[in-house]
Amino acid sequence: MKPPESTIGDVPISLSALTPVKATATHCPYCALQCGMSVAVDETVTITPRKDIPANAGGLCQKGWTAGELLTSGDRLTTPLLYGEPVGWDEALDFVAARIRAVQGEHGPDGVAVFGGGGLTNEKAYQLGKFARMVLRTSQIDYNGRFCMSSAAAAANRAFGMDRGLPFPITDLAGADAVLIAGGNVAETMPPFVRHLTAMRDRGGRLVVIDPRATATARQADLHLQPAPGTDLALALGLLHIVIAEGHVDEDYVAGRTSGFDGVRTSAAAWWPERVERITGVPVARMRLAAEILADAGRAVILTGRGAEQHAKGTDTVSAFINLALALGLPGREGSGYGCVTGQGNGQGGREHGQKADQLPGYRRIDDPAARAHVAAVWGIAPEDLPGPGRSAYELLDALGTAAGPRALLLFGSNPVISAPRAGHVTGRLRSLDLLVVSDLVMSETAALADVVFPTTQWAEESGTMTNLEGRVLLRRQAAAPPPGVRSDLEILRGLAVRLRGAEGFPADPREVFDELRRASAGGTADYAGITYERIAAETGVFWPCPAEDHPGTPRPFLDRFATPDGRARFVPVEHRPPEEDIDRDYPLYLTTGRVLAHYQSGAQTRRIAALNAVVPEVFVELHPDLAERLEVEPGDLLRVVGRRGAAEGVARITPAVRPDTVFMPFHWAGANLLTNPALDPVSRMPEFKVCAVKLERVG
Amino acid sequence: MTRLVIVGNGMAGARLVSEVRARDKHVKVTVIGAETWQPYNRVLLSNVVAGTMLPDQVRLLDPAWYADHSVTALLGVEVTAIDRETQAVLTADGRREPYDVLVLATGSEAVVPPVPGAAGAMAFRTLDDCRAILAAAGAARRAVVVGGGLLGIEAARGLAGRGLPVTLLHLAGHLMERQLDAEAGLVLGETLAELGVTVRTGAVVEEILGDGVRLAGGETVGSDLVVLACGVRPVTGLAGDAGLEVARGIVVDDEMRTDDPSIFAIGECAQHDGTVYGLVAPAWEQAAVVADLVTGTDKTSRYRGSRLVTRLKARSVELAAMGETHLTEDDAEVVCFSHRARGTYRKLVIRDGRLVGAILLGETAAVGALTQLFDRGSPVPADPSGLLFPGLPGSAVTESPVRMPDAAKVCQCNNVTKGQIRACWESGARDVEAVAAATRATTGCGGCRDVVEGIVGWLCEQEGISV
Repeated sequence: MKPPESTIGDVPISLSALTPVKATATHCPYCALQCGMSVAVDETVTITPRKDIPANAGGLCQKGWTAGELLTSGDRLTTPLLYGEPVGWDEALDFVAARIRAVQGEHGPDGVAVFGGGGLTNEKAYQLGKFARMVLRTSQIDYNGRFCMSSAAAAANRAFGMDRGLPFPITDLAGADAVLIAGGNVAETMPPFVRHLTAMRDRGGRLVVIDPRATATARQADLHLQPAPGTDLALALGLLHIVIAEGHVDEDYVAGRTSGFDGVRTSAAAWWPERVERITGVPVARMRLAAEILADAGRAVILTGRGAEQHAKGTDTVSAFINLALALGLPGREGSGYGCVTGQGNGQGGREHGQKADQLPGYRRIDDPAARAHVAAVWGIAPEDLPGPGRSAYELLDALGTAAGPRALLLFGSNPVISAPRAGHVTGRLRSLDLLVVSDLVMSETAALADVVFPTTQWAEESGTMTNLEGRVLLRRQAAAPPPGVRSDLEILRGLAVRLRGAEGFPADPREVFDELRRASAGGTADYAGITYERIAAETGVFWPCPAEDHPGTPRPFLDRFATPDGRARFVPVEHRPPEEDIDRDYPLYLTTGRVLAHYQSGAQTRRIAALNAVVPEVFVELHPDLAERLEVEPGDLLRVVGRRGAAEGVARITPAVRPDTVFMPFHWAGANLLTNPALDPVSRMPEFKVCAVKLERVG
Repeated sequence: MTRLVIVGNGMAGARLVSEVRARDKHVKVTVIGAETWQPYNRVLLSNVVAGTMLPDQVRLLDPAWYADHSVTALLGVEVTAIDRETQAVLTADGRREPYDVLVLATGSEAVVPPVPGAAGAMAFRTLDDCRAILAAAGAARRAVVVGGGLLGIEAARGLAGRGLPVTLLHLAGHLMERQLDAEAGLVLGETLAELGVTVRTGAVVEEILGDGVRLAGGETVGSDLVVLACGVRPVTGLAGDAGLEVARGIVVDDEMRTDDPSIFAIGECAQHDGTVYGLVAPAWEQAAVVADLVTGTDKTSRYRGSRLVTRLKARSVELAAMGETHLTEDDAEVVCFSHRARGTYRKLVIRDGRLVGAILLGETAAVGALTQLFDRGSPVPADPSGLLFPGLPGSAVTESPVRMPDAAKVCQCNNVTKGQIRACWESGARDVEAVAAATRATTGCGGCRDVVEGIVGWLCEQEGISV
């Protein structure tokens, strides 16, 4: 296979001149774009972008350029901690194994829970799921990706029978005539992504952005629709209504490649644009323009991000955008389609290989007898020894330490004290555990609560595969030796397995784990059977499904048929409903949350990098000038944001980029998630992060 | 088990059926509709007349819906009487449908003006009316629409869009006089004129002829298609005959209950707190309340009246009107902007710091923000001009490199200021590549490349000048 080529031009610098000869070709530690970078470790760490990875093609944002500081951070944990005191590895592992045995002896297998993360490599995510099911035999495992990708995943599965974030190479975007992004701010979350959009616009293509804020991404758009938080679903229905009313439905495609349109056509009839305007606040004329831009495009792409997905109706919202894409005949056509913009570094691979409560490797369902038989055979156990589905992430955290819930938790690659909704309550649940074990590289806010902390290797100190937002499996190579005393998560799981069941089946070498993952995923939806480390290196990544080593991989899986039993994409009728917690007299403002360019997720990494912390050192509250005038708030005033579940303080930033009825807080610090609403989507179990009701008070 | 009977299968009745089923799978539901059509969306009928939607694209429920949800639907069946004594409704085809709870959603009917020849004109109210209008429009060469309210204007615009010259006759002094002030009515008329609709206000129709309409004063407006849109009146005959209290509509309380506790009324046939609503949004709010009460989902559910926002649905005519648009400076603050040459008129009516009325005609970019201020009763900013002229927040990227302060951030992705680029230039960098290599500017999203080039170019130019 020939490595893919960039379609987005070059960065204006000579990377070869900047890149040390001994540098290791690897990938960024942060988001799902997984920008290619070279890492050279000498006295200092030198990072330069790679041009051979199409996602970034030589670009990097400040997070990527400064990632090397993570390797030399003085905050690194280098020894296991037991009740905050340094101990040896054997002592720590012995202690944890003994406590697991005691808790399970008293409360049964489900007395111990496991919580993973979307930043873990495929190997770690796989091994974590296997460890939970095979060693702990607990059903209680889920991961922070539930807070991230679950709504998009659920909607894509029900429409296409498969959830691969972008079911096309990212380079397709540059060739599109129109791209609509619903609730995504790529200019801050994954800046090099914008290069693909810029290439599209340079060719005359148009960008439409739906966001309650005029974000950095929305400001680059040809058309920005600014709905009230929690009303994206109504907006999508309104757009579909217009597409139908204006005769823009691709009837041949609908007849030939889909099922269920009649029901959706009828339900959309009740969402005429003037009704949608009143709910969303988006003028009818702008909706019409958006529909026209999509309909006029020869090739168009519709993308959703967390803004549309992180709601108690997130799955239906994504379904509404997929319905729109299907009506226009986009998915499964080369150069067009629907995709979600995956967030975390391995947010795609992390949702495929079994750290999810209802899932086994290869994107198999844990309640499917054939899937259980296949995976049990790979693991050398009886299918009936596999536990069934467990609680979803928030339900799991909410149950911790309760009479019916787990009494112990092993946590890898996540920081729920910052990132979970209703974080104050979640923190209380974590404190109530008999045993909390956290594996992390630094003393995160959650690690600070743990009975036992395992210091773990990071990113450039270990090898493994990551599956980026395109579904392209990438190789993240080790570029540096870990500090003495630090072990990889695979070594930690092996250490626990040795003590609880035996070492067999728990190698510490990522390649061995990956080879088993290939077998476990074989025949599943996310089939990695034909992917090897060598192929990834030679081909600059391989797209799953890839069932055999002589299979080229599948950049665009839906060109001929969708992954449903009849090969047709399914329309799913959905209805809008208001946010779970709407504004009222007592709490008259919407709070919506999101990210800033300089930080990543809970900030455990980026808040420890001086250059990033200098850009945004503390949490802030964005509010509109009209609201500021009414509350007599000046820029820089300290504000208290008060909601039904808690309160948080932040410095006022006054900007017309946010609606007058809405305040915005980034969630990289303790604060925003003290307020967010844990109301769950009935299908995906996604919490309603993106909208709740608050009031503002000035502090002092 | 409760037997729920709904009379009327229009926007209100059909909505109630689905609201009830969304809450309760078991209550026995029978809906009786006089029209043979599946329930359809009346709001979209002007699209049908305009030819942008086909009749079967405006239905509210799929034909299979009733069977799938075990609802008995009697379509094309007229209800002739309510027997309150035995709690049953009687139908023209001889059925007797017993109820525990009866909901009247009989809607309203078109008012036909009492002038000679009116029978030869076409009403514009039902889907059947639309089909008749469409059939006639095919052969017609010119049309007259009588009535310059919301529906009349939509019908006139729709027919004009099909290429027919249309004259719109309106009795009052200006169009949509209930929703608009005189100037807005005037601007609207001028906008319609440009689209092929001749507006005649103060026009009193005396007779409808075979080849036109004769006005008071004797003038005849030639036409081979006359459409009547002279308003509607609530259909209350069944209720009145059954002895329920009827004023203009069927009188209901906050539970939408009539003076018979087992009979409710919703939609355009109901009169709540003195008001009969003629729009869909209130009818649907009322349906939700009745569904809450009938299924016991929320026994405290009450209807408290609706704020009305009128949106004209006519291609190339943007009009939104809400609330008390007729208030003057005596009772309120009035903010106005008028530009007739461009068909633009904007008016805000503010009382006690709240938006109580507004008109937006022409460009309606502000409509979303205004509607939500009006609906929520949120405070209006001290300077409301931003509400009339909403602008997008400017983008800093286009700023000239000369005027940009040194502290201005040029590259967001790598946090590089103009000052840093200048410093970089001062230490020898003379092109974008050198600046990028030193500062990493342009290497993220790439969006600042032009600005960086501009700054470097300007600095080089300065150098040239100073040398």
